Amino acid sequence: MFRNALGKTFRFLGYTVQYGCIAHCAFEYLGGVVVCSGPSMEPTIQNSDIVFSENLSRHFYCIRKGDIVIAKSPNDPKSNICKRVIGLEGDKVCTSNPSDFLKSHSYVPKGHVWLEGDNLRNSTDSRCYGPVPYGLIRGRICFKEQPWRLKH
Amino acid sequence: MFKHNNDATVPQRIRILHMNLFAKVPSSSIVGHFISNAVKYIFHDKRSPRNPEQKIIKRVIALEGDIIKTIGYKKKYVKVPHGHIWVEGDHHGHSFDSNAFGPVSLGLLHARATHILWPPKRWQKLQPILPPERKPLQKEQE
Repeated sequence: MFRNALGKTFRFLGYTVQYGCIAHCAFEYLGGVVVCSGPSMEPTIQNSDIVFSENLSRHFYCIRKGDIVIAKSPNDPKSNICKRVIGLEGDKVCTSNPSDFLKSHSYVPKGHVWLEGDNLRNSTDSRCYGPVPYGLIRGRICFKEQPWRLKH
Repeated sequence: MFKHNNDATVPQRIRILHMNLFAKVPSSSIVGHFISNAVKYIFHDKRSPRNPEQKIIKRVIALEGDIIKTIGYKKKYVKVPHGHIWVEGDHHGHSFDSNAFGPVSLGLLHARATHILWPPKRWQKLQPILPPERKPLQKEQE
């Protein structure tokens, strides 16, 4: 009786560990569901939108200009940011705000990308903290959940 | 420095530790015997900021908020920004480290190197020693 229960517990633990490992590998290497918050990507991504992100492009270095990516924040490694790739390494980008009269430009250094939110007036992005190393990118957003599905 | 294709498994990490430390320390002796605030200042294995495919292994010299004097960087004194660290190789002058590419974001940190396992004659625990000439000028905590 006791041996039965022990056997079942161990089997349950075994399955939990197995599925936990598979889930971890899937989220790390394939992709997952992400909830975005904040106004910096409006109107493309609203506050509390649900999006699907895939991590394969990061591992195969297929991130292109114009992709929306999720990256670790350069200033806070525990939080993530969701921005659009404006420039890859070697590209010339405009570093000044749209409201500035005199525009300044610079080149994106090797191994970095330039990220900007779609809502330029309300977004802290590369114009604030500079080019972001490619190694901080976690994944690319493929598509987002349609808002009409969430209404009951 | 050499290439990695994915996150290092243990056998790859052994190779890295061996080859990187051999490149940095030409003689087989350990750098100094000075003990400092040892817990913070240890080797860290991290993705290179210039080349995301590579992993490099360096020593942590300063944490966020510390002001340090640099060797060959574009600014002589640098205050390490929030969420970043300053790393240097032990073999100054022959090391591609923060003196070349500046402070490193903590998100690029991959792992901490604790031991050398190969070759057996170099079996040792990596000591978190900070050379006194590389101490920060002003620490955030003080």
